[in-house]
Amino acid sequence: MNKNEGNTIMTEEVELMKGNEAIAHAAVRYGADGYFGYPITPQSEIMETLMELHPWTTTGMVVLQAESEVAAINMVYGGAGCGKRVMTSSSSPGISLKQEGISYIAAGQLPCLLVNVMRGGPGLGTIQPSQADYFQTVKGGGHGDYRLITLAPASVQEMADFVGLGFDLAFKHRTPAMILTDGVIGQMMEKVVLPPHRPRLTEEQIRKESPWASSGKPAGRKRNVITTLELDSAVMEQINIELQNKYKHIEDTEVRYEEIGCEDVDYLIVAFGSCARICQKTVELAHEQGLKIGLFRPITLWPFPSKILNRYADKVKGMISVELNAGQMVEDVKLAVNGKIPVEHFGRLGGIVPDPNEVLEALKTKLRI
Amino acid sequence: MNVTDIIKPENIVYQKPRLMNDNHMHYCPGCSHGVVHKLIAEVIDELGIEEKTIGVAPVGCAVFAYNYLDIDWQEAAHGRAPAVATGIKRLNPDKVVFTYQGDGDLAAIGTAETIHACNRGENIVIIFINNAIYGMTGGQMAPTTLINMKTSTCPFGRNEQLNGYPLKISDLLAQLEGTCLVTRQSVHTAPAIKKAKKKLRLAFENSMAGKGTSIVEFVSTCASGWKMTPEASNKWMEQNMFPMYPIGDLKNV
Repeated sequence: MNKNEGNTIMTEEVELMKGNEAIAHAAVRYGADGYFGYPITPQSEIMETLMELHPWTTTGMVVLQAESEVAAINMVYGGAGCGKRVMTSSSSPGISLKQEGISYIAAGQLPCLLVNVMRGGPGLGTIQPSQADYFQTVKGGGHGDYRLITLAPASVQEMADFVGLGFDLAFKHRTPAMILTDGVIGQMMEKVVLPPHRPRLTEEQIRKESPWASSGKPAGRKRNVITTLELDSAVMEQINIELQNKYKHIEDTEVRYEEIGCEDVDYLIVAFGSCARICQKTVELAHEQGLKIGLFRPITLWPFPSKILNRYADKVKGMISVELNAGQMVEDVKLAVNGKIPVEHFGRLGGIVPDPNEVLEALKTKLRI
Repeated sequence: MNVTDIIKPENIVYQKPRLMNDNHMHYCPGCSHGVVHKLIAEVIDELGIEEKTIGVAPVGCAVFAYNYLDIDWQEAAHGRAPAVATGIKRLNPDKVVFTYQGDGDLAAIGTAETIHACNRGENIVIIFINNAIYGMTGGQMAPTTLINMKTSTCPFGRNEQLNGYPLKISDLLAQLEGTCLVTRQSVHTAPAIKKAKKKLRLAFENSMAGKGTSIVEFVSTCASGWKMTPEASNKWMEQNMFPMYPIGDLKNV
């Protein structure tokens, strides 16, 4: 950040809040039409903050506590099917319950925003942070060949920023987008500059933006049907091919990542979300020891920044993927590198968060530095 | 009066509802779905709400309901129609939203969504086809299958020890404060169809007036699933279904 940017931010309204709270504020300010959720730790502040903000009296945004995660995701399906900007949030076990609905939403090509504030699993697991839903999010989760645009914030500021980005990408490509974060980012308090208020779209704007929306058939247009069923396999294959073409286009155009001190380095740490924050400190410690190590942070986990990592494989001697899981993103790093250099993994499980020194020691051992 | 006179528009006494399109129906002969579809089309037309009505289709035989009525539709996952309808209605309070669900969809897999949508008093219409069997998947036991009634998953008849009891879910829904109309109707005779249509119209009017959730249960036949002729199905329904699911209003406030 240069000095001018610093000054600009100082003139903005800087607030201190939790990541979960930032998501709620950002949703109202973005002009979201609806939120449907069910309480689960460590993300309940999202719905609590929305209820406290009571946006139905200001912007007209609907906030409803559903009877289950299953109901909530299907309320999102109904709202999204009308072309409205709707969202839901949950944490790992609740996101598992939503998977059926997510598959339907992807198949119906309905734009919406999903938030997973991950906790440790499997099963009921723990309420402590984890990144163990990486596979579930970027490899499918629900049934069928579909993909989720996945944004991984590493700060409270990004929690706020990715609400608008997530909605925008979802509507641009008519597909669901997920903010994949964890209890660290959801619960920690940081400075944040909230996005400006913008009005919700009018009915006319929605009709123009989403002519496919099913919200009442005016005379003169054909009926709009949101459906995911097609019994003729020849037609169903074409529908699948169209989906795959869309996903290919997203892979070609929507990759986002951050390179932190990656110039002229011998080794690369690859980490996302809360782990990337920890590894920023690890990189500093490494520099103090004279080690040339950079940090590569994927921001979109799908589409994954495979091409850029492949190019790094020609420049560095090895990579280590640091994750709060038993080794999930490391598979995508290995696929990207395609055997050119060693790729290792270091992770802590069950809600344990490693400290930067621990990561540095693991890195030195595993990469034999 | 010759043929030319007879077919003059002013002499028409009955015709296919305007909102029903020309797609061939996939329903079996003797099935109640077709008649109920027709009644919905007539009521929407008569109330002049076709431009603001959204139907939510279920999973089951009526999954293709959206092929027959010329309005906007959303097809829900199995059992989730009341949640989908909630999302649509909450975000479009000036629109008219109805679900169309079978007994498996509404009273087995979707029980939670049904009860909670009704308990919140969502201003939607729930149209419930109760034929005591899973039609689309080939005649398996439904939550409403009668005791001793044979299906492919209770081939020796429903046994309460093994399968529990037929679920009178409309009786249960009538207990909820959020519902304003819970009625049980049938469409197997001309008088029954006339009566049922009046109740269906009332359900849509309630929704437009914001009175809460209206449920119209149609005790229905499934000639194929029951392995009977259409005529025998009607008789069997009167003799066996009506005693368990009596026709009439359970709640009308």
